[in-house]
Amino acid sequence: MPGIYIHIPFCSQACHYCDFHFSTSLKIKNRVISCINKEIKLKKTYLKDPLIESVYFGGGTPSLLSSKLINKILSSIRSSYKLAQNVEITIEANPEDISKNKIDNWTQMGINRLSLGVQSFRDSDLKYMNRSHNCNQIISALDLLISSKIDNISIDLIYGFPQLTDSFWVDNLNKAIKFNVQHISCYCLTVEKQTPLYHFIKNGTAKPLNPQQGASQFLNSKEILKNNGYIHYEISNFSKPGFESVHNRNYWNRSHYIGIGPSAHSYNGTSRQWNLSNNTKYCESIENNRSYYNVEILSKKNIINEYILTNIRTSNGIDLKSLSSYMNNDEYKRFKNKMSELMQSDFLTIHKDKLLLSEKGMLFADSISEDLFII
Amino acid sequence: MKNNQKLIRNFCIIAHIDHGKSTLADRLLEFTGTISSRDLQNQLLDDMELERERGITIKSRAIQMAHQHEDILYTLNLIDTPGHVDFSYEVSRSIAACEGALLVVDAAQGIEAQTISNLYLALENDLTIIPVLNKIDLPSAEPDLIKEQIIDLLGCQKSEIIDASGKTGQGIKNIIAEIIKKIPSPKGEKSKNLQALIFDSVYNPFRGIEAYFKVINGSISKGQKVKFFSTNQEYFADEIGTLKLNKEPKDIIQTGDVGYIISGIKNASEVKVGDTITTVDNPCLEPISGFEEVKPMVFSGIYPVDTDDYEELRNSIEKLQLNDASLTFEPESSIALGFGFRCGFLGMLHMEIIQERLEREFNMIVINTVPNVSYLATTKKGEEIQINNPSDFPSLDKIEIVQEPYIKAQIITKSDFIGAVMNLCIEKRGVLTSQIYLTTNRVELSFEMPLAEIVFDFYDKLKSLSKGYASFDYQPDGYKTTHLVKLDIMLNGEQVDALSSLLHRKHAYEIGKKICIKLKDLIPKQQFDVAIQGAIGSKIIARETVKALRKDVTAKCYGGDITRKRKLLEKQKKGKKKMKQIGSVEIPQSAFLAVLKLND
Ligand SMILES: Nc1nc2c(ncn2[C@@H]2O[C@H](COP(=O)(O)OP(=O)(O)O)[C@@H](O)[C@H]2O)c(=O)[nH]1
Ligand SMILES: C[S@@+](CC[C@H](N)C(=O)[O-])C[C@H]1O[C@@H](n2cnc3c(N)ncnc32)[C@H](O)[C@@H]1O
Ligand code: SF4
Ligand SMILES: [Mg+2]
Repeated sequence: MPGIYIHIPFCSQACHYCDFHFSTSLKIKNRVISCINKEIKLKKTYLKDPLIESVYFGGGTPSLLSSKLINKILSSIRSSYKLAQNVEITIEANPEDISKNKIDNWTQMGINRLSLGVQSFRDSDLKYMNRSHNCNQIISALDLLISSKIDNISIDLIYGFPQLTDSFWVDNLNKAIKFNVQHISCYCLTVEKQTPLYHFIKNGTAKPLNPQQGASQFLNSKEILKNNGYIHYEISNFSKPGFESVHNRNYWNRSHYIGIGPSAHSYNGTSRQWNLSNNTKYCESIENNRSYYNVEILSKKNIINEYILTNIRTSNGIDLKSLSSYMNNDEYKRFKNKMSELMQSDFLTIHKDKLLLSEKGMLFADSISEDLFII
Repeated sequence: MKNNQKLIRNFCIIAHIDHGKSTLADRLLEFTGTISSRDLQNQLLDDMELERERGITIKSRAIQMAHQHEDILYTLNLIDTPGHVDFSYEVSRSIAACEGALLVVDAAQGIEAQTISNLYLALENDLTIIPVLNKIDLPSAEPDLIKEQIIDLLGCQKSEIIDASGKTGQGIKNIIAEIIKKIPSPKGEKSKNLQALIFDSVYNPFRGIEAYFKVINGSISKGQKVKFFSTNQEYFADEIGTLKLNKEPKDIIQTGDVGYIISGIKNASEVKVGDTITTVDNPCLEPISGFEEVKPMVFSGIYPVDTDDYEELRNSIEKLQLNDASLTFEPESSIALGFGFRCGFLGMLHMEIIQERLEREFNMIVINTVPNVSYLATTKKGEEIQINNPSDFPSLDKIEIVQEPYIKAQIITKSDFIGAVMNLCIEKRGVLTSQIYLTTNRVELSFEMPLAEIVFDFYDKLKSLSKGYASFDYQPDGYKTTHLVKLDIMLNGEQVDALSSLLHRKHAYEIGKKICIKLKDLIPKQQFDVAIQGAIGSKIIARETVKALRKDVTAKCYGGDITRKRKLLEKQKKGKKKMKQIGSVEIPQSAFLAVLKLND
């Protein structure tokens, strides 16, 4: 189920926590888009099975592009690749960019899923994050979206930062639920190095995060969303039945994907590669037909570890039969030993030959993957 | 080449670390055509990976050069020596094999610690010193100032100091000429019975031990039956030869020359540095003076991280010992760590080197426990016991008296630092015995102090308070009565014997607190709280807690960037392989040496 990811590396304003690749200077926007269109052609032969099931405009902030530019990219994709009948085409959007006009244009060109960067329904939180929108803009955007032709809407929310008490968090969840959106992603705030937030915490102008709070709000989300008909299908993702994101699922079940644009990652089953994450350097390289990416060939162990790392996070879990087919006897024996240790301490459970994280285990998914890794 | 004693020059290079000893040696080898530039690998003599990486010389080596000077062909033997005090005995033997030394001083740094202690060794052995001002090419070089220092130290003429650069090759020709002109040829007598001084040995897995020697008197021939004086063992000289870039077998090595011998010896302990080789048929009556059995000064437990690797660890240590006879070991066991070995080392650098070589050359991941010196205790019943391990320490009520090893220490420093150095030595329970001004601003301070005090952070402190400008040397000086206590560490209430240490009563409380704080830093967060307690006897003197990890989960696999996360976790996992599970707590290797890092 191959997919295409397009990275739009521009934002109107830098959120304090964000370490994704983006620039707030739009000067070379058109140049980047031309290069993206060129890269789409260059990658034509990257995948062996080129029937595309998902196209994802992510970023950065794709919604700040004019519909014309988005359409140009989609046309390039359509002329180089075959899209499946039921292809999922998602755009990430910031609330202040949403207008009736844009939604209409997007639906016309085939976009059928939208992921809205809400983060919080409280203005003081949005300010803390340095988001470029306020709560009123969220409400208007959601109202427009709900009544539009797009019937697969996702909301991103962030929790786990000091000023968000448990009851504020529950309020945010309930507001999202009230709009009856099909999909909700709840991300625990991560303090990434080289972000303003990191420096604020380091120099004492912002409070450090409390992991205990993150843990308890994670459990809140799980419970409340479950009670309201959402399936917890991956650690940070919830959806109404049948609305799991095809794009996300591709990452987790190691489907192959093409990543286009600065900093985008691609994967073809045996290697991963990632583009330069500097807009100008990316453009120069693409324009002059120079190499614009780095490659890593995956060893057998790397592939096993990625399988563990990604699948353990999902509600499908790790399929023990297929995992054992990747491993030699000794590796599988070691894996099993670690596994039973972790089951005994209640971090893992088994359901129908599938290895799953327990509720407690979900809070330690990284350590558990690491424990299960083969090195 | 005809061997003529008059045409032999044996010399070593004395330099503080990084002043350019190895680079200069490379230039000499190149200049004399001993190696072509094509074969030249930087720092040719430091052929152990660890030596190259750390830029230090651990083992002595020799290399022979031939050089035509004023129509006469000379034989130049360069003997490369380590400089560190842990290996001071090896250094002293290498120096004893030479008639001259190049004193290499960095033109930007000036005279420093190791320069002085090794220079004194050379002067004690009556070596002719050729002063070399190296790195003269550096823009920051201060030739006039540094030459003054050298003149102060040696009492030589300014014109005798050679300006040189290992980088540009300046002065190399001059150095060779001076070696030939100034260093006397070796003195021994051809007609006397064989006396050859062993100054180092290396282990060759195929051919056994190769011993390096200098013929002091007489000569040694291939096939001869020889005897090693101190061990009284006899061997056939299966192969003898000289050391060029490769070994060059010879039929005879004459008086004054340097060479190697291979005689099928499998164990390094039979080849003692400082020992005398003579022939069985016409043995010399006296050995060469200055031979000593080297004794380990510090002891530490070495345990495999994975208890299944015990036998393999034994094999590895045995192999290392073939190569390094100064390493001693005997089996011991620990409740926390299982089966391992109590090893004896020449000093702290030696200990670090052994640990690293076990990892690199034998792929053994080991835990080193807190090092200690060897104590002597007399119990109330009158038994005498030797304590090489904290767990051998009897409870205080059973002990009549404990004695600890002392050293005589000499520290040479600038007069500016006298106050700071004295304070340090007093803090370390030292007693000042003399203070001698060597020049107007350089002073030699002598102390008597416990050896145990230099095991813990003494060098680092001395180095930093004197800005690197202090040389330090010591000799053992018997045992004295002491007040020793055992500090125990408990993790979640369980005593971890491998973390215990023996401390003087005066420091025990303070160090105990610091150890607990350091352990708190070193032990990673686990899925539960970890209580760290320090206790002396039944009294808890310090307590710290490593708070439990509350969560550890990535919010998002960023934009398909699975590689980054996978790599991070793989790396962490590799790191954990080096951790030891004690009870339910995972402890990194480094925690077992926490006590050595209290000031980091
Ligand atoms: N500029 C300059 N650098 C030198 C010279 N000799 C050595 N070095 C550099 O100084 C450092 C230490 O040299 P090395 O020979 O390893 O010193 P050793 O520790 O005394 O053996 C290395 O980085 C050398 O490249 C020199 O004459 N001039
Ligand atoms: C990188 S943004 C791109 C889409 C759009 N620009 C936006 O902000 O909604 C995708 C989502 O990643 C999440 N995110 C980014 N950085 C994060 C961080 N440091 N911690 C938690 N979530 C983060 C935010 O919730 C955001 O909605
Ligand atoms: S979170 Fe979204 S809007 Fe904010 S800086 Fe990151 S990519 Fe841009
Ligand atoms: Mg060197």
